[in-house]
Amino acid sequence: MTLIDLANPTRFLTLATRLLPWLAAATAILLAIGLYQSAMAPDDYQQGATVKIMFIHVPNAWLSMFVWGVMSLAALGTLVWRHPLADVAAKAAAPIGAAFTFLALVTGSLWGRPMWGTYWEWDARLTSVLILFLMYLGLIALWRAVEDPSRAARAAAILTLVGAINLPVIKFSVDWWNTLHQPASVMRIGGPSLDRAFLIPLLVMAVAFSLLFLTLHLAAMRNEILRRRVRALQLIQVAQASQRPA
Amino acid sequence: MSLGSYAPFIVISYLLVTAVVLMLIIWIAIDYHRQKRHLRELEAGGVARRSGRSPTDLR
Repeated sequence: MTLIDLANPTRFLTLATRLLPWLAAATAILLAIGLYQSAMAPDDYQQGATVKIMFIHVPNAWLSMFVWGVMSLAALGTLVWRHPLADVAAKAAAPIGAAFTFLALVTGSLWGRPMWGTYWEWDARLTSVLILFLMYLGLIALWRAVEDPSRAARAAAILTLVGAINLPVIKFSVDWWNTLHQPASVMRIGGPSLDRAFLIPLLVMAVAFSLLFLTLHLAAMRNEILRRRVRALQLIQVAQASQRPA
Repeated sequence: MSLGSYAPFIVISYLLVTAVVLMLIIWIAIDYHRQKRHLRELEAGGVARRSGRSPTDLR
């Protein structure tokens, strides 16, 4: 099966149905390993045991941006190539991305209270991630508000691409402005500044959460394709009913 | 493993992530079964796909 074959929703459904059990199993195994390593990781010399929040906060924060990146590629697929699965992919990803962003904000807040002395600060990093969360909610509302799927797809794709401007703002906010949030400690020039005792569990959790996203996204895309099939069949049913003699 | 005085912040963080991830999984599973039920009902009503395949056929 080539990549172009996946443009066919029916072929995609076959592949997704075959892959999902394996992906779910791999996610569960990696999450179990990551959680064990996170529990066994030593306390940080400055932050104490609160460093354990990092193992769930950082993967959620990375994924909040990664999912918008996936949606931006899908938006290009909708607007430029009119790929039949592009809007399905974007629409299915949005609630998952919103959930990851919500978790990044709340776990960050719960980490911030003991470390910074406050749950919230209107600094550039926190504010730009809050804006990302609001943009996810706005997109979900847009898909629900516009009844015609093709019009909703185009409007959502444009909004997604405009919203992608926020991604570099989030990433570099800690460098461009003086923020309470710490600067990058993993994806930075010169390599990670984290000790291996923290870096390895963090990377395992990051891969586990990425697999979780892939699994949930494939399942949600399958649901969206079925929803569109239901809609198409309901339209056929209405057309057939109107053609019957009274 | 001792979480010390920070235990509430750490435990709430992990419980919240678990709860939200479980909610996502349950929501997606319920949605899947709902769409399959709609398709079965349409199939029972005699509505056919253009391909002639059963609406519930995932192929």
